[in-house]
Amino acid sequence: MKSEFTQPIGKISNINGQCIPLIGNDIDTDRIIPARFLKCVNFDSLGESVFEDDRKTLKGRHPFDLEENKNASILIVNSNFGCGSSREHAPQALMRWGIKAIIGESFADIFYSNCIAIGIPCFTLPKKSIEEMQNYCDNQFLFLEIDLKKSLAKSKDLNLNLEIRESSRKMFLSGEWDATSTLLDNENLIENKFNQLPYIKFNSHYS
Amino acid sequence: MSQDTLFDKVWDLHKVSSLPGGSDQIFIGLHLIHEVTSPQAFGALKDKNLKVKFPERTVATVDHIVPTDNQSRPFKDNLAEQMIETLERNCLEHKIKFFNIGSGNQGIVHVVAPELGLTQPGMTIACGDSHTSTHGAFGSIAFGIGTSQVRDVLASQTIAINKLKVRQIWCDKKLSKGVFAKDLVLHIINELGVKAGVGFAYEFAGPAIDELSMEERMTICNMSIEGGARCGYINPDEKTFSYIKNKLCAPKSEHWDKAITWWKSLKSDENSIYDDVIKLDASKVEPTVTWGITPGQSISINQQIPLLDDLSPNDKLVAKEAYEYMSFKPGQYIKDTPVDVCFIGSCTNGRISDLRVAAKVLKNKKVSKNVKAFVVPGSEKVATKAKQEGLDQIFKDSGFQWREPGCSMCLAMNSDKLIGNQVSASSSNRNFKGRQGSPSGRTLLMSPAMVAAAAINGKVSDVREFIK
Repeated sequence: MKSEFTQPIGKISNINGQCIPLIGNDIDTDRIIPARFLKCVNFDSLGESVFEDDRKTLKGRHPFDLEENKNASILIVNSNFGCGSSREHAPQALMRWGIKAIIGESFADIFYSNCIAIGIPCFTLPKKSIEEMQNYCDNQFLFLEIDLKKSLAKSKDLNLNLEIRESSRKMFLSGEWDATSTLLDNENLIENKFNQLPYIKFNSHYS
Repeated sequence: MSQDTLFDKVWDLHKVSSLPGGSDQIFIGLHLIHEVTSPQAFGALKDKNLKVKFPERTVATVDHIVPTDNQSRPFKDNLAEQMIETLERNCLEHKIKFFNIGSGNQGIVHVVAPELGLTQPGMTIACGDSHTSTHGAFGSIAFGIGTSQVRDVLASQTIAINKLKVRQIWCDKKLSKGVFAKDLVLHIINELGVKAGVGFAYEFAGPAIDELSMEERMTICNMSIEGGARCGYINPDEKTFSYIKNKLCAPKSEHWDKAITWWKSLKSDENSIYDDVIKLDASKVEPTVTWGITPGQSISINQQIPLLDDLSPNDKLVAKEAYEYMSFKPGQYIKDTPVDVCFIGSCTNGRISDLRVAAKVLKNKKVSKNVKAFVVPGSEKVATKAKQEGLDQIFKDSGFQWREPGCSMCLAMNSDKLIGNQVSASSSNRNFKGRQGSPSGRTLLMSPAMVAAAAINGKVSDVREFIK
């Protein structure tokens, strides 16, 4: 576990940090945070339980247990990362362990939305580039400077054109990834929509 | 880009605004909540000093953590008790309707909302649970959200979301005897892959889909997410309307006719445009069983577990992981694999029709002495109906344990868990590593009828041999 956890707030434009590679396709949210840790009414203590069962199985050899990764903050994953359950506990656990951004071949839809909603930018790169980065990390530290304005990641050896959904990129740069207040700005439109929807009028109510 | 599909019509109807970043602000017509993904959302609301905007558009029940043996309060598990108490308090404070244990309407959220008539065509439905796609069976646009989005729905009844593309999955012909909706959806996921649906809504259509009952359609839409699609739906028809009619929250008297007229107008137009169309022959589907650690790793009952060389480069990595975790050898037959636990239940297959079909297989038969078998009805209503029909007795006589409603061993948040590397035959939806409560537990997904057959023989069996 890293030093004191602080939740991201406001505009996010630059993320600098050490990469941590995690190899595997279809890594589901049950693996990221097993269901037994969902028995909680806040997210505070999830960081230490991230990948709990995988880590136990690998007895200290899991990337999240390696001493050299203890300060890493940019996770490098393969395809369909975060599939399965919609539990936001999964990205919350990653974030509380210290992950600030994820670069992968592809992400599951709900996991991706959850990451955006809590301030973790997710970028994609072709399979080949991801594998190169993961291999690079085998032999040496990979420090990346991610610039969201330019969708670029730089290290001393690499220059990568990251891909990110344009709406997500804009939301991070403006701070609107934390969507509640933006949504509430349209309060009148919401009321109008409510009044227009046919089914609001004809539903019976539970009693 | 898709045009004039039900998805387009419902999306456009619920669009509140285009947000500055380019995503859409979508109104959520029905918001369902439960004890696992809502407490932090209510907490965030409090932190931001916000109220629930339309409390009457959110409905709550408790399902994930409830024990299925003894439901008396306080629960033996302190954490579970704390979670249900938090939900009770939040619902009371924010005036949200809560169907608690003993109300007669408690159960798995995706079983309860349809049986109350809350789920209707043309709605947008969101819930902090990935199997919200279930409700698409009624021609609603329904999808899972995370806790931050639960917070947004509570605060504004809207969420920020990017519009999905639409893929039609046309299922030709009819399922053959002894083959069920579960087999069809496992087959679809296997054909398309577990990530093919990312960025898509799936429209299931064609003669094989038309033929299915509403409960079978729910099974299909339920597992859309296992194919990567956070939303799956079926155009509404007469079956949809007659299922909803007279349900507690269904439109009544003069509203009913208006509702029907409107619902009929929502169907995808005959010449609507899809981003993609896939066609498959449903008559070729056979009883299907998963052998691996993703719902896409499935084979027909008489097939062999695929060899590494038969798989695409992308599938090899996960296949290797699966052989090792499941202790299966490539080329091995799935049939006759011994099972330790048989579980019938979940939002995929815990409805009355699922219990009926399993009971039919089990009638006058005994569960193998090596198997622990239990059935968890999807809701209190399902349990009541099953008892009226005497199904509970058939299950008990066969050696199945009859339990109280909840999610149970689908995800094992209560005390129903696999032990060690036990193998389960399960009517649920996920065979992920550790999913059923033991970090080394192994899950074989199949239809409830196939679970019943496996329970009798103590090994994976072809249910068609029981229903000749």
